[in-house]
Amino acid sequence: MSTALSRVATGVGAFFRFWYGFIVGDDWTVAVAVGAALLITAALNQRGIIAWWVLPLTVVVATAASLRRTPAPRPAG
Amino acid sequence: MTGAIATVFLTTFLGSTVEAVEMVAIVVGVGATRGWRSTWFGVIAGLAVLVASVVVFGLALGSVPIGPLRLVIGVLLLVFGLQWLRKGIMRVAARRLTGMGISAVTDSERWVGPGVDWTAFVLALKGVLLEGLEIAFIVVSVGLAAREMTAAIVGGTAALVLTAAVGTAFAAAFNRIPRSVLQLVVGILLTTFGTFWSLEGLGVEWPSGDLSILPLLAFYAVIALSYTRIERRRVVAA
Repeated sequence: MSTALSRVATGVGAFFRFWYGFIVGDDWTVAVAVGAALLITAALNQRGIIAWWVLPLTVVVATAASLRRTPAPRPAG
Repeated sequence: MTGAIATVFLTTFLGSTVEAVEMVAIVVGVGATRGWRSTWFGVIAGLAVLVASVVVFGLALGSVPIGPLRLVIGVLLLVFGLQWLRKGIMRVAARRLTGMGISAVTDSERWVGPGVDWTAFVLALKGVLLEGLEIAFIVVSVGLAAREMTAAIVGGTAALVLTAAVGTAFAAAFNRIPRSVLQLVVGILLTTFGTFWSLEGLGVEWPSGDLSILPLLAFYAVIALSYTRIERRRVVAA
């Protein structure tokens, strides 16, 4: 019984780890920025304001900020 | 072939080709980057769900709201695509164009573990399912509107088969591209499709409709190349 339970727990853990890695990855700020941009876009769109530019702009800024926080990549040998 | 049948065929063929190109671009990109076995599993699973949906819903498929599906799949592809975009930028900055003909087993992004690579599986499944459903919607809506369902089905199927054949031929060329460059390219593609679909899912109108994908793709490509140059300077300075 405990083996079955531990298998279920391992499976559930692996499931959540997979989706966390898929959605958040190694920089949670990018996922949060995308979520915030979608909320802002939805709000602007509901008020009839042209809002398609919010998400691409967020992608550009969030990617730049994420790259800046990452240590410089080492040149391949 | 009467004029009405030819019009329905051409309409569904061209409309479905646009969706099929997006589907094949994702599948080929993911397969070449992560490995083909799990990608094919994802394609087969996506097609199975698609066929089951078409069989169960039939002609009522045209009334299924695709907005929420576009939003969910678009957001997932976008956040994952951004991870590959960042990794691709850093790897291309570090390696430049070295790695031509790199072996699959030496590439860190390729799945070499036992079992299924769920990342490749999920990405391929999402691409096939969403684009396949869009093709099904085009076929059903055009076929019903013109009362020429056979011509619509033939048009949609021809587009899918032809694009898949071109994509399969293209896949061999993809294997000769350095993995770091491939990751950057697929990252740009996933980010583009993810951005486009998630906003479509929210009901946002793009300035040029579906054609907006092309300038969006060009915009992200320019941004990615600019960031790669900046990262390259950091690599040289380090």
